[in-house]
Amino acid sequence: MVARVQIPQQAKRGEVIEVRIVIQHSMETGFRHDDVGRLIKRNVINVLSCRYNGAEVFRADLSSGIAANPYLQFYTVADSSGEFEFSWVDDEGARGSERRSIAVSG
Amino acid sequence: MKPVLWLVAAAFAGSAHAQGRAIALDQVRSGSTFLSKDLREMQQDDLANPAMLWAENGAKLWREPAGRDGRSCASCHQDAETSMRGVATRYPRVDSASGILLNLEARINRCRTEHMAAAPLRYESNELLSLTVHVARQSRGMPLEVAIGGPARAHFEAGRAYYYQRHGQMNLSCAHCHEANWNKRLYSEAITQGQPNAYPAYRLEWQTLGSLQRRLRACLSGIRAEMLPYGSPEYHDLELFLAWRAQGLPVEAPGVRR
Amino acid sequence: MKRRAFLAGIAGALAVPALPGSACAQVNPLDPNIRAVTKGAPVRPGKVRLELPQLADNGNSVPMKVSVESPMTEADHVRSIHLFSERNPVPRMASFHLGPRAGRAEVSSRVRLAGSQRVTAVAELSDGSFWSDSAHVQVTLSACMDES
Repeated sequence: MVARVQIPQQAKRGEVIEVRIVIQHSMETGFRHDDVGRLIKRNVINVLSCRYNGAEVFRADLSSGIAANPYLQFYTVADSSGEFEFSWVDDEGARGSERRSIAVSG
Repeated sequence: MKPVLWLVAAAFAGSAHAQGRAIALDQVRSGSTFLSKDLREMQQDDLANPAMLWAENGAKLWREPAGRDGRSCASCHQDAETSMRGVATRYPRVDSASGILLNLEARINRCRTEHMAAAPLRYESNELLSLTVHVARQSRGMPLEVAIGGPARAHFEAGRAYYYQRHGQMNLSCAHCHEANWNKRLYSEAITQGQPNAYPAYRLEWQTLGSLQRRLRACLSGIRAEMLPYGSPEYHDLELFLAWRAQGLPVEAPGVRR
Repeated sequence: MKRRAFLAGIAGALAVPALPGSACAQVNPLDPNIRAVTKGAPVRPGKVRLELPQLADNGNSVPMKVSVESPMTEADHVRSIHLFSERNPVPRMASFHLGPRAGRAEVSSRVRLAGSQRVTAVAELSDGSFWSDSAHVQVTLSACMDES
């Protein structure tokens, strides 16, 4: 799954940083019909988790009420250099992930 | 004489001078000037703009080998940032080798079949949308300037005739909304000038990125006219006319629209 | 006491005080969707700020920002924020789980709204209390049919 992430490449210890992610996914609601009237099965990203050096710092439980190509912006405190790992799963079990490094000074 | 017919008469009267613009060059306005602040910001913010997901995929596909000889777009064109700069401002364009009017999608497919021995990509497929928006993006901010002389002339005239022709159950031409009534409201929405400069664009109504031809089909369905198949010559001719009509407007792809 | 003064007194006692801003939409703690999250605890308006446009460009994608006043310390922070729709086929839209490492209790996203409605955000704090805010959004249909 194509996804785009924006986090600062560096930060000061204790600084609150902004984290943004957008993921290519139709977030199919399960309420739409195709052109011959068949119901299109629901398939949404139902959970997205953000781990910072292994510890979960943010989790979103999502539903069909979140728009297609889901966009999330949240915050976390920069405490040490290392890695952010974003991971998500959809109703069909398809998984996606992205990793970004951060350098924290001070 | 009804206002729309006056516009038609003016347009044809000016054809000898290749001007006769119903909307003067200093009055052309991009669809983004009719958008809410939220959507304008979404278009400008590369992370918030969902169309960038396809642009990023397009950058990846640009370097991927395809076809019998294992060549990629990059094999001939190297970095798109350099080689594709300004290209989208000149399309649609008559291909000098074949004499065919090509839009960006058709140009990409022609490159694939003629130079890469690769299969053409379907309209609205993830791959064609990604490559088209990746190419178009390299001209972002640059003004549209298409050629309508020489071999393009007949296509331009056909496109213009289509634009002013009534279609469908509602018996409306493009001009009825986009020249006689732009800036007025249809239900709660502002009627724009119907400019093509932001395409391929992410349309909230589609919940995905779509081509200019998809947008034309959407308009046709809106006036209860038959939607011609993708790749129809009528669309190519119309795209050329629309690009001429939008002369000077900056390319905004990857765009965001309602 | 004269009868007229007595009746005026009763009327005064029964008068409902004006509720501030969007909090006039009191969250119904017995609503099963809300209750699934709060387990019957009271939900008070305040501390939460839910921002949505008054008129949506398109119901398929409506920008949403929710923030909660909180020092976000170990002792006093937002555990989670839940979003509820009163009109969508799926009332529980999303739950965002924060914690003291968030630094700031603020989440932005884009939601789908199946028609004009009120959206409610309920925040659970570390002390077990629940707070809410709601916002009304007008959602219109597209002017033209699009079968592309």
